[in-house]
Amino acid sequence: MNIFSATNSSGSASEEERQAIAKAVNRRRLVIFLRIGLAVVTLTTWELAVKYGLIDPFFFSRPSDIYTQLAVWLTEGTAQGPLWRELLVTMEETVIGFFIGSLLGIFCGIALGRNKLAGDVFSIYIKIANAIPRVVLGSIFIIIFGLGMGSKVALAVVMVFFVVFGNAFQGVREADRNLIANAYILGANKRQVTFSVVIPSALTWILASLHVSFGFALVGAVVGEFLGSRHGIGLLIATAQGTFNAAGVFAAMIVLAVVALAAEYLLTALEDRLLKWRPVQFAEHGM
Amino acid sequence: MPTPVIELINVSCKFISPEGKITHALREMSLCVNEGDFCAIVGPTGCGKSTTLGMITSLSPPSTGLVKVFGKPVAGIDPNIGFVFQTDAVFPWKNVIDNIAIGPIYRGKNAAEAKKMAADWVRRVGLAGFEHHYPHQLSGGMRKRVALAQTFINEPKILLMDEPFAALDVQTRALMQGELLSLWSELKASVIFVTHDIEEAIALADRVVVLSKGPGTVKSSYDIPLARPRDVSEARYSEQFIHLSKQIWHDLKNEVQI
Repeated sequence: MNIFSATNSSGSASEEERQAIAKAVNRRRLVIFLRIGLAVVTLTTWELAVKYGLIDPFFFSRPSDIYTQLAVWLTEGTAQGPLWRELLVTMEETVIGFFIGSLLGIFCGIALGRNKLAGDVFSIYIKIANAIPRVVLGSIFIIIFGLGMGSKVALAVVMVFFVVFGNAFQGVREADRNLIANAYILGANKRQVTFSVVIPSALTWILASLHVSFGFALVGAVVGEFLGSRHGIGLLIATAQGTFNAAGVFAAMIVLAVVALAAEYLLTALEDRLLKWRPVQFAEHGM
Repeated sequence: MPTPVIELINVSCKFISPEGKITHALREMSLCVNEGDFCAIVGPTGCGKSTTLGMITSLSPPSTGLVKVFGKPVAGIDPNIGFVFQTDAVFPWKNVIDNIAIGPIYRGKNAAEAKKMAADWVRRVGLAGFEHHYPHQLSGGMRKRVALAQTFINEPKILLMDEPFAALDVQTRALMQGELLSLWSELKASVIFVTHDIEEAIALADRVVVLSKGPGTVKSSYDIPLARPRDVSEARYSEQFIHLSKQIWHDLKNEVQI
């Protein structure tokens, strides 16, 4: 029963252990080196291909132009104002939409998942709603809410809601029957089962959907801005498109990518905190 | 005069699938377990052993017939019932002590009091030092100990066990059987222990009930006269034990032949 006595006692590492550690460290270094190498090779190839006329920079721009464009935005600001303010607008729409959409999704998913009849009736409509391209609703939201923040938030909410809802619903449905039966026999009432068994077991599903849906919220906000707005990264892209400025489009894309990566990082940290009871190998594979 | 605690009177159980297909799990089965009795049920796979336990908890009520617990027809989950599942039914997101404390918390005890009770049970099932481990960090035998403590902390008067040790290796199983008997002797509960292992049934029980193949019904019943307290690992080498196990195997053999 002493399966935990084999913890790493760093002081007295044997020769074999030290070799194994060195091997693991080397592998990590190799992976980082190859990652940087791949980026350098790709960007250099792109730059050179443009230089030697293999790619038309009018359509595909080139790394140096994109860098210049970003530098200009950062130092002199965009045509609409400083870059950080444009980004702030987009972020605000995304985050508000993300929060409203995921809270609504979690709430509805759990409520419907716990009610068998309602779940059976609604599930077909959820599937239909999930299948139609919801971005189209953006046009309607612009008509209803105007060019301001409301229409973008609404679109982000719709984009996020269905993903989170679907996962929360499924997560609730897939909760282990044995665990639920066990809780009932141990003396739980229905509300206690929902809060102490169903929600914790659906949490894995819900958190997985939050990863995807932050990206969806960003898409909702940007597309909303694209369709009609006065500020935001989406408008920046639309303007760049209008002036045939490919570098501008790529530069805006990079800005969005940085934002999405930062959000992904935060969500992973949240997930690790909430799901610390899971075996490590599952956590590593992002399940 | 012993008082019957669990009575199944002519129960039949049918499962109807959404497509309208009917499966008979039990047919005209009658069984009576007295107060403080340890009753083991053996039978071929699919004969309705687990269904029997489901009927007593009310989680899967019978189609016809009557199930009585403490002399009253079953209506809802009786708080005096404890159930140990075949698969792991401990909550993977709770550590050992929280898993054990959950029963009293469900039943309205405040968290501090429940934890105090749980700490005592952690010690009694030999998990001291593992209070803050999560189930995935424990071995199968240790998880079973958590499950036992989780059930025993509610001090059930009826203990239903559905092949609880089936997933354990032979040595761990023998160890857990011994621990179960010592916990049971303190608790004085009536037990129905479902298993497919004849030797386990004889080693643990006062009475072994053999079910026929599905739809199941009681085929025969054997009183086990082995003295208590029993040493589970020693008892199985006695003449009496071997004789009983031959008899029960003979009964069961006719049921499992295809």
